[in-house]
Amino acid sequence: MKYLGLVWGNLKRRKLRTLLTLLSVLVAFVLFGYLAAIRQAFSAGVDVAGADRLIVRHKVSIIQFLPETYEARMEQIPGVANAMHMTWFGGEYQKPTNFFAQIPVVPEELFDMYPEYLLSDAHRAAFLATRTGAIAGRRTAERFGWQVGDRIPIKVVAWRRKDGAGFWEFDLVGIYDGAEKGTDDTQFFFRHDYFEEARAWGSGLVGWYVVRIDDPARAAEVAAAIDAEFANSPRETKAEPEGAFVQGFANQVGDIGLIMTAIVAAVFFTILLVAGNTMAYAVRERTSELAMLKAIGFTDRGVLGLVLGESLLLAGVGGGLGLVLAWVLVSTGDPTGGSLPVFFFPARDLAIGILLIAVLALAAGILPALQAQRLQIADALRR
Amino acid sequence: MNDGRGLLVRVNSVDKVFHRGSEEIHVLGGLDLEIPEGEFLALMGPSGSGKSTLLNLLGGLDRPSQGSVEVGGQRIDRLSDRRLAAWRARHVGLVFQFYNLMPVLNTLQNVELPLLLTRLSRTRRREQALLALDIVGLSHRQHHFPRQLSGGEQQRAGIARAIVTDPTLLLCDEPTGDLDRKSGDEILDLLQALNREQGKTIVMVTHDLHAAARATRTLYLTKGTLTREPEA
Repeated sequence: MKYLGLVWGNLKRRKLRTLLTLLSVLVAFVLFGYLAAIRQAFSAGVDVAGADRLIVRHKVSIIQFLPETYEARMEQIPGVANAMHMTWFGGEYQKPTNFFAQIPVVPEELFDMYPEYLLSDAHRAAFLATRTGAIAGRRTAERFGWQVGDRIPIKVVAWRRKDGAGFWEFDLVGIYDGAEKGTDDTQFFFRHDYFEEARAWGSGLVGWYVVRIDDPARAAEVAAAIDAEFANSPRETKAEPEGAFVQGFANQVGDIGLIMTAIVAAVFFTILLVAGNTMAYAVRERTSELAMLKAIGFTDRGVLGLVLGESLLLAGVGGGLGLVLAWVLVSTGDPTGGSLPVFFFPARDLAIGILLIAVLALAAGILPALQAQRLQIADALRR
Repeated sequence: MNDGRGLLVRVNSVDKVFHRGSEEIHVLGGLDLEIPEGEFLALMGPSGSGKSTLLNLLGGLDRPSQGSVEVGGQRIDRLSDRRLAAWRARHVGLVFQFYNLMPVLNTLQNVELPLLLTRLSRTRRREQALLALDIVGLSHRQHHFPRQLSGGEQQRAGIARAIVTDPTLLLCDEPTGDLDRKSGDEILDLLQALNREQGKTIVMVTHDLHAAARATRTLYLTKGTLTREPEA
């Protein structure tokens, strides 16, 4: 600590240069934090996907429907504990940009299949008792200022009602929370019996199935058995673990992880050059001062440590502020208005960010520090 | 030479050779020197005669190519780099021609700098630095930065930094070389007082006869060897 004044003083020597370098590092770490949140948003479903759950969809595409009768047949297959169906509703609330998923479900099956959706007993009972009832994730409810008891109108093109109306109305009877930070708490579930009774077409058809299996280690075997059960039928299936299904969904956008890593790598390489240049100049322009420090008794390693300390302070302040700013920005919420429902700065990436600060400091400072360490006092004092 | 006082420095048959590419430059050749404790020695000689090189050898800033340098009974030419650095911190005070103060530190912090290498508490370091500033008459400028000081004041701060650890040996490389006569005289008064009143052993390199006159002994370095009289 007693050298901190000396280290900080040296950084203040060229205030503008230090400020610009700090800002460069700061921006890099803001970008890192923000991209980490976006990557997390794309992989969130994969991370929290149940290892004991399979997704069964139409073999051709998820937009092709499956018969509702498949559920009972699937539950007869050895290794299957239970199954539930879901259907994409695809409606809009007030305006098209207010995106969130709406899914008709059988309430009892939903609670059984997804214990990570936390709902109070009162809300659960209300959902079971109200035919037009719906429950919404906490984030979506807060986003639109919904309260339990509100009537939620959803406009939908694909699923017109039998009476010809394009609007469906639901009574919000509950708000659920996610058990984990990555749990999707943006969805809107309503009752399938209400949907089935009122929809103008598609009776007896559902979008896909979620199947709970007894032993996650046998997932591939059970998935194959499900697909075999419906092979050569007009609606063949494709069963896969929930994680692979979610990952496949995310991959439709591209390899998000690779894209993010490439961007972050390019940014950090540039910042390394900027910070390295700053450190190199900082050492070169005060050769005689460093020689003086050695002359009065600072060891070679001591001088090396001082220069590395400067680099660490520069990267630490810039990077630390950048990570804090990234956290603040990410905390303001999903920038897409709903397309990235699970949007937060993961602790793991925060730790990686701190590690990156140390790596950046070392990489930017090591060559100038070694140069300072090797400085010959008598030669340097003559310069 | 050793008029009853203990011998502090003994330089024995020292050669110093510099290499510039394939060229060998012999700066010092078979040089012998003894400096008793409490002496104020002036080293004079033309540019390139090896004065600063000799001063560097005495201060452990450089090593002889051959021969030995003994200070306070210790062969400093045999010490490892790390131990030599520790030895310098403990036993040598250096005063430079161009002061070599850290521009980012104020006067007090500059003087305190060598004490960072000790285990003294912050309060004790401050006290000692203030005492050194008091000795050189610069207490009132303790919060000023080097750019806010005159040349003479900067050199006083440099001397305060050199004496703050109470070193065995004070080495001054042209301490008045960058100062006007009046400021130079003040610095020489100060060095003389440190020698007479505090018994500091001082070796001063200078081009200036007027400065050398303040020393108790003057030696001339010509072509790598020491003489009592300047070469004709």
